[in-house]
Amino acid sequence: MPSPLAWAGQIVAYTAFGVGIGYLSLYPAYTHRDPEQAQIKLSFAHAGARKEDCRRLSYEEIAKLPPGQRRPHDCSRERVPVTVELELDGKLLYRATLEPTGHARDGVSVAYQAFMTTAGRHELVARLRDDVQGRTYAAGAGREGADRKWIGEWNYVHRAQIELAPRQNLAIEFRADKGGFLIH
Amino acid sequence: MGFKQRLRIAWERLEGAFTRSFGPAWNPFFQLGALGWFFYWIVAVTGIYLFIFFDTGVTNAYQSLEEITRAQWWAGGVMRSLHRYASDALVVVMTLHMIREYLLDRLRGPRWLAWVTGVPMIWFVFIAGVTGYWLVWDMLAQYVAIVTTEWFDALSIFGEPIARNFLSPTHLSDRFFTLMVFAHIVVPLFLLLVMWIHILRMSDARINPPKGLAIGTGATLLVLSLVFPAVSQAPADLAVVPATVQLDWYYLNLYPLFDYVPRPVMWVLTVGFSTFLLLLPWLPPRRRAPAALVDLGNCNGCARCAADCPFNAITMRPRSDGLPYEQEAAVDSGMCVACGICAGACPTATPFRRRALLVAGIDLPQLTVRELRARTLAATSALRGPVRVLVYGCAHGTRLAALQQPGVATVELSCIAALPPSFIDFVLSGDHADGVFLTGCREGDCHHRQGIEWTRQRLAGERDPFLRARVPRERLHCCWSGLAQTAVAVRELSAFRERLAALAPAEGGTPAAREEAGHA
Repeated sequence: MPSPLAWAGQIVAYTAFGVGIGYLSLYPAYTHRDPEQAQIKLSFAHAGARKEDCRRLSYEEIAKLPPGQRRPHDCSRERVPVTVELELDGKLLYRATLEPTGHARDGVSVAYQAFMTTAGRHELVARLRDDVQGRTYAAGAGREGADRKWIGEWNYVHRAQIELAPRQNLAIEFRADKGGFLIH
Repeated sequence: MGFKQRLRIAWERLEGAFTRSFGPAWNPFFQLGALGWFFYWIVAVTGIYLFIFFDTGVTNAYQSLEEITRAQWWAGGVMRSLHRYASDALVVVMTLHMIREYLLDRLRGPRWLAWVTGVPMIWFVFIAGVTGYWLVWDMLAQYVAIVTTEWFDALSIFGEPIARNFLSPTHLSDRFFTLMVFAHIVVPLFLLLVMWIHILRMSDARINPPKGLAIGTGATLLVLSLVFPAVSQAPADLAVVPATVQLDWYYLNLYPLFDYVPRPVMWVLTVGFSTFLLLLPWLPPRRRAPAALVDLGNCNGCARCAADCPFNAITMRPRSDGLPYEQEAAVDSGMCVACGICAGACPTATPFRRRALLVAGIDLPQLTVRELRARTLAATSALRGPVRVLVYGCAHGTRLAALQQPGVATVELSCIAALPPSFIDFVLSGDHADGVFLTGCREGDCHHRQGIEWTRQRLAGERDPFLRARVPRERLHCCWSGLAQTAVAVRELSAFRERLAALAPAEGGTPAAREEAGHA
């Protein structure tokens, strides 16, 4: 039979065990981001244009191909890098040239960046280039945004006035099929 | 004394404080593995209950948990709290278990399997915990989801960053949530499988803690659940930054580091540390004693060695040498830790045997029974003084050097149960010493798992080979003090010698008469 002192020791141990489990399962709280600030998150997965234009194959070239692989055009797989720029209140926040993914460099270019900023009104400018600078296409070339006009070195530019609340998460996405930058 | 040795002594002192309150049988430090199993089952049972009422869709998960927690607080609420707190307790005992096995050097040799399987168990426990917090889909879940997916994106193995699933409310879908529900069920099943492999090499593995300890820890978690129930934080909202979160520090202790350490570096750190843990059993200093050997000419197939082996290293198989016995012992050298408990159990391992060459049916190459008899005779022949005591001690507990004094000789074994009881009879009946003192690890915590218990049973006549009834029990003393309590062994040895001095003369003359005669 344990002595009263041993019982007391057990009670102390069990109490410490319970308090330790309960406390550290919730406390102390951790501040991951400044609660007075807002967050802007820029993210997209977008494939740049093909690095080289497709070339129309001649009749002889088509004839040389195995019957199951005959096609009218020869297109390279490699895509150009996508360059993106984010400006907030006239100051450059982010600029990057994003290489295409994949061994053959034929995949999407990927962006995922988060920025903390003060809450309140801001002037936001997002710019993106996903083609060889200045390249133009004939109407109906079949590529999203191929008919867009270049604005300097960019073929997509989006300007917006934004009002950010503390702790707000503002997401900026790029979707060529939806016309360019989207703000959520 | 090295740093690790000092740490071990400090650790044993801490455990000693618990032994004083709980006793050796209930000491939670001696039951960490069994407690891990106990908490696992609590988590499993409460998890099954919660799953019955949980809505596995991301849009309704939070609300369904709120209903479980509040509408049926007396059942679902308590179950949820127990689910969380038992999970936390599992991390606590798992961590302590790992530190303890390292400090007590119980990871080398054939014990590598238990150690190595422990490493994926850590990952499985943390994956199960993280996915569990994900399913609540509150602000903490949102934080966990974003940080975790951003961490995985650092591997650059996905076509698109998976963190984009949590970019804004419009990006949220059931896809990832369903995956997490699946992982939260499947990963604990894998954990159970590895837990089974973890104990595969141990005979009579302890997977249930003593009833009293189970009641104590279970009741503590229940009281905690009632007083401080686990609840959700604010519902997740991807339009809002989870700026301040209340972390479960048992599972999410590494998460704040992601704000300071680049994510690829976090991969290097976590995978690097796991690899280091996996390699530990083979890092220097390497200690691998040769496995026990069977001598068929002396083995009668009694199976006592197989029954006593704590690591399932001995099996009995049909006789292969034509001798008229049914079975013979066979040692799996890959599983033998060279504790010598088998030799201590062998009926042929007796120093009384009158053969030119004493060979036991099963023996340790590094300390054969013949060598043990030779060391016993050499040690006792040097004994002088009125009260001569021979100390048999194990290599993992009490420091035998601290017991050295005039009139006391020591013989070290790999485990105290490697000592056949007939040696005690041999020493006392042959007047090689006036008393025999057995010492080693702490009670309830034998380095070789069952050495102390088998010794106790052999001395009490409850387990073969028995200590013969003719041996005067007052001339035998056992002290299970361990490394940190060597001073206790020193005190008990002095008290034992005082008792011996007061006893009636032993066979072969009184101690005083021997002293006068200069008896050697």
